[in-house]
Amino acid sequence: MEHNTPTTVSEKIPFWRDVRVLRVLFQVVFLFGVILLLAILYRNMLAGLRGLGLTLNLNFLQNEAGFDISEGIPYEPSDTYLKAFWVGILNTLKVSVIGIVCATLLGLLFGIARLSSNWLIRTIAAIYVECFRNVPLLLQILFWYTAVVAQLPRVRESISLFDGAFINNRGIYLPAPEPTSGLKIWLWFLGAGLILAVILYIVRWRKLEQLDRPGFRAKWALPAFLIVAFCGWFLTPGSPFTLDFPVLQGFNFTGGFSFSPEFSALLIGLSMYTGAFIAEVVRSGIQAVVKGQREAARAVGLKEGQMLRLVVLPQAVPIIVPPLTSQYLNLAKNSSLAVAIGFPELVHVGSTMMNQTGQAIPVFAMVMVSYLIMSLTTSAAMNWYNRRINWLNR
Amino acid sequence: MKAPEAIQEIQPPDNTKGPRAWVKDNLFNTWYNALLTCVAFVFLFFVLKGFLTWTFTEAEWKVIPANLQLFAIGSYTRDQVWRIWTVLYILGVLIGLSAGLWGGLVYRFALALSGIWLIFALLPFELATRGWFLGAIATIALPFFIGRGRTGLRRWILAGWLLSFPVIMVVLRGFGENGVLTSNWGGLLLTLILAVVGIVVSFPLGVFLALCRQSDLPAIRWVSTTYIETVRGVPLITILFMGNVLIPIFMPGLDINQVLRMMFAITFFSGAYMAENVRGGLQAIPRGQIEAAQAVGLNYVKTTRFIVLPQALRSVIPTIVGQFIALFKDTSLVSIIGLIDLLGVAKSVIANPDWLGLQAEVYLFAAVIYFVFCYSMSYGSQEIEANLGVGLHQNL
Repeated sequence: MEHNTPTTVSEKIPFWRDVRVLRVLFQVVFLFGVILLLAILYRNMLAGLRGLGLTLNLNFLQNEAGFDISEGIPYEPSDTYLKAFWVGILNTLKVSVIGIVCATLLGLLFGIARLSSNWLIRTIAAIYVECFRNVPLLLQILFWYTAVVAQLPRVRESISLFDGAFINNRGIYLPAPEPTSGLKIWLWFLGAGLILAVILYIVRWRKLEQLDRPGFRAKWALPAFLIVAFCGWFLTPGSPFTLDFPVLQGFNFTGGFSFSPEFSALLIGLSMYTGAFIAEVVRSGIQAVVKGQREAARAVGLKEGQMLRLVVLPQAVPIIVPPLTSQYLNLAKNSSLAVAIGFPELVHVGSTMMNQTGQAIPVFAMVMVSYLIMSLTTSAAMNWYNRRINWLNR
Repeated sequence: MKAPEAIQEIQPPDNTKGPRAWVKDNLFNTWYNALLTCVAFVFLFFVLKGFLTWTFTEAEWKVIPANLQLFAIGSYTRDQVWRIWTVLYILGVLIGLSAGLWGGLVYRFALALSGIWLIFALLPFELATRGWFLGAIATIALPFFIGRGRTGLRRWILAGWLLSFPVIMVVLRGFGENGVLTSNWGGLLLTLILAVVGIVVSFPLGVFLALCRQSDLPAIRWVSTTYIETVRGVPLITILFMGNVLIPIFMPGLDINQVLRMMFAITFFSGAYMAENVRGGLQAIPRGQIEAAQAVGLNYVKTTRFIVLPQALRSVIPTIVGQFIALFKDTSLVSIIGLIDLLGVAKSVIANPDWLGLQAEVYLFAAVIYFVFCYSMSYGSQEIEANLGVGLHQNL
């Protein structure tokens, strides 16, 4: 039967029902709406700024800042705003990097402790995690700053550790290593040790490949390097470093290595808070490795250490790394809370600049762009790492 | 037939039961665990000793009862406090009805809340306050018995919950000069309002942004992605600063006070995170679901409305609770801008010359309040997760 067969659609679809046209049209309308909204806001902003007697430009950055910054790279109040901003960026990076190291150590320690077979250790770790995770970071930082660091003894009554390190309400003072003329000779030893270590590493790697057995590749290289470095230290005429001890001079300590009270409070707060989150990340990452994997590893006769290194960690690390990075990013962003206690990082310097120049919009746009660059580079690096790991595991 | 012999009960061997065996298994099973236990005990002893000595002999806790009202509601006009009680009663009725209808977690929550009100009613507050607390228990209990078993009411109660949000805002604010200006909202009340507004208002925004980001129209996808990644890449405090300065400039002529500006800024911030959470739920939906919907002839709107969103939103409930907890903590940043939320009250009490040098007491008290809220919410979130059966598949 020939009837009822649908004839091929000969006529063209009218453009108002053509999906391809509609898609383009819809996007154009959408973009138009977005641009319209932004334009209205921009116009209002210009009108508002004119009302305040401000113009939108960045020329003020070349002016003299005129305010002091208590710590960071060398800086004078007579320097420009741009220099002040740069000091803020470096201080943010400094506290973020040190904070990330401390938080990772704390997080690893407590994350593993939460999986301990020892009830007491497990419970202490759980209490730490729950207490520090569930209280706002700002509150913690204020607590450390006003209730702990500021209550430390005054300079004259400093708490002294082994007569080298001093803790008082003006900061924490540690002895700092000072390079001497011997450092150059010792660096030669280090270089030689490094070359030796690389050779041994490759030799050991080849050997393991040949034997087709799992093993610790740096097993020879690491001790060799340490031995060379250690012997070099003693063979160098005069030691390569001397310790520069903080000394009480006048009203405060000079010399050595010092942390301001603001920095200390911020660092403690950030590390403890983020450490609690990292502990959870580590715990859940290790727990996500199925139990059967461990049992299988034991069944084929791997020792406890080998099991961790060869079976559990390679599977746990890809699970841990993405949330770990987002914790690192959170820490870097949270370092902006220093504005509440006056540590001169990006936001604090930014708000001082804003108050002095009245240029709130350019200043905060610069602050936000700086954070965005940090975040986006980190997540780009992260995505690259993730792809690599997934590629290796395939 | 011979009766079966009584089976002799075999006692478990010693050392597998009882406190001694427990201690041996859990504290001293290996030599290094024994060592760790000893070190931990010494550590705990000194920490606890120091803390307890401070708490019971040195700390001056009378700063807390003297400022309790301030912590709770800040500078909310005192003769308008009935508004807050009304809100508590509205919520109580809804919670009671829901507890009767659904039981389970809601029931336990209602029970816990009644218990807390009972404890408050027993504390030595003013008589009127204690009466209000007793009334709050009644508003939970009565609707509970009314609602029990009437499953037909469920739809209405859900609508009631949705409606309660604007109603509560209106009740708290009142009208015109006779009401309570939002600039007078403060304390724990403000903290809770900011967090709830931040989540509730950002929810539709987040769903919209997430759908946009999943869209196959590039222009829409790019705009949405730019918004989400920009907001997520910068700290909240910069957005609060910007909101504080920019909103009056962007909208000249409108008098928007600081509390409202912070609500805008927090919603703006929270929307981006909500979008990412919802997107997680969207991505978890198997492709086949959407293909099946298309196969039966549903268009985009219908597919999204009836197939995608119901499944996606259900699976992101625990994540949203997590976001609420984070936001609840993050609202404390408004105290940097100058609002008097819970942390702002703590700061102002410390700055009060009558209570000099009591930072530790005041901050610890505020920390305990935050902890109680966050911890109970994260407990609830785990329960919800178990009830919904989401997130269980990972460990299999």
